[in-house]
Amino acid sequence: MEALIHFVATTTGLLGDVLPIAVILIGFQVIVLRRPLVNPARVFTGLVFVLLGLALFLEGLELALFPLGRMMASQLTSPSFVLGGDAAVLLEFTWTDYFWVYIFAGAIGFATTVAEPALIAVSMKANQVSGGTITVNGLRFAVAVGVAFGVALGTFRIVTGTPLHWFIISGYVIVIIQTLFAPRSIIPLAYDSGGVTTSTVTVPLVAALGLGLAETIPGRSPLLDGFGLIAFASLFPMISVMAYAQISEWRTRRGRNADTNPQNPT
Amino acid sequence: MKTLLLQFLRSIRQSFQDLLPIILVIGFFQLVVLKQGVPNFGGILAGGLMVVLGLSLFVQGLQMALFPLGEDMAYSFVKKGNLYLLLIFAFTLGFGTTVAEPALIAIADEAATIAAGGGVIENEAQARESYATGLRLVVAFAVGFALLVGVIRILKGWPVQYLIIGGYLGVVVMTAFAPQEIIGIAYDSGGVTTSTVTVPLVAALGIGLAKSIRGREPLIDGFGLIAFASLTPMIFVMAYGMLF
Repeated sequence: MEALIHFVATTTGLLGDVLPIAVILIGFQVIVLRRPLVNPARVFTGLVFVLLGLALFLEGLELALFPLGRMMASQLTSPSFVLGGDAAVLLEFTWTDYFWVYIFAGAIGFATTVAEPALIAVSMKANQVSGGTITVNGLRFAVAVGVAFGVALGTFRIVTGTPLHWFIISGYVIVIIQTLFAPRSIIPLAYDSGGVTTSTVTVPLVAALGLGLAETIPGRSPLLDGFGLIAFASLFPMISVMAYAQISEWRTRRGRNADTNPQNPT
Repeated sequence: MKTLLLQFLRSIRQSFQDLLPIILVIGFFQLVVLKQGVPNFGGILAGGLMVVLGLSLFVQGLQMALFPLGEDMAYSFVKKGNLYLLLIFAFTLGFGTTVAEPALIAIADEAATIAAGGGVIENEAQARESYATGLRLVVAFAVGFALLVGVIRILKGWPVQYLIIGGYLGVVVMTAFAPQEIIGIAYDSGGVTTSTVTVPLVAALGIGLAKSIRGREPLIDGFGLIAFASLTPMIFVMAYGMLF
């Protein structure tokens, strides 16, 4: 019964998300453009599917994975796990003590990105528009690797206390340099994949990890340092997607060169 | 009917594969690293089934509603040929979908608490609330502005990198001048603005526009709207932090 009430609450919350979109779309379509909806029954069913699907998705995560993931984040960052024994406070530590935290951050960043619904949507579109040269799973894998690296580096930053903007600014410099050399057709998609990675699945778990770290390490403020992990998760996919395109371009070029120069052993 | 069912079963299997990495990571850390049992196994199983079913429904609904809606709107606007209507639509879509976004409301409230703690604004409920509301409006305005500029860019065929890199340089320069407390929030607000429902719609809109305008290539010109929508909030929020 309680679960049902919770489910209804989630659905109404999402309705607040979907309703403005539906009103804007239908308002412009019918009143401004004066065109009837194409196949309204199908569109309506589709919208109900989106709403119901997201509600089930979020509710299921809340029931099954989020509590465990959050608990894990707080256990892995607790002083007694980090230093071993029954240490209650952290007085002296080196960044290597947080070994498992970095591994967990990277693994959970990768895994949650693969399940991110918005990324699935963009990958499907990219696959369709590119005529199949960009595969759905290839793009998702590239983005997930970027998020994994970003979140792991972000936790390292919280542990060491290095200022956030050093990392972000150097990340942007890498993005700019890559933009000069990456295949032109991947650039818009790479930029977009930075924005889609951080939504329903990734944010709750990653934020819990950042908060757990910032609360237990002396001298870190949960409000100042807990924020900022998300920024890492949206910066590094741009780099990894461009790298993915660069590597595959380089490989096809090398393959072609080998074909045209059979007498030239490489 | 049978093909539809078959298609749905296939999509359930796909969703299960999508979820598998999370299960493996959490399982590994729980059993091997933390050396603990799995609590509430029934709940986890039920939740997992809900996630798989939900993801399949979402993907199905995406192809039935959000993708065709976004592309149809783009075709209709191009056919109508009224630029101003299209720009008003782009702005409204960005502003309207962002202002009520739950993730943004949460971030804005937290930002107000930080600002009050740092002595930027008075620590009273009313001052905090007006600060949070102001921040939400600024972010929503930024996303509306982003879609507007993004649509103009598709129409004109400007390369996306000049605008985005210019924007990032703006972010870097502003980081040097913005108050410390606002920087983390500004960076994060770029990420939260694009919700799971907005992303597919905006992607379909951009691709629809690029497809229906001669000389534009969907892959090069159609993508990029989401990037704009995650960039402008950073700039606008830092400006907000500098002004208030």
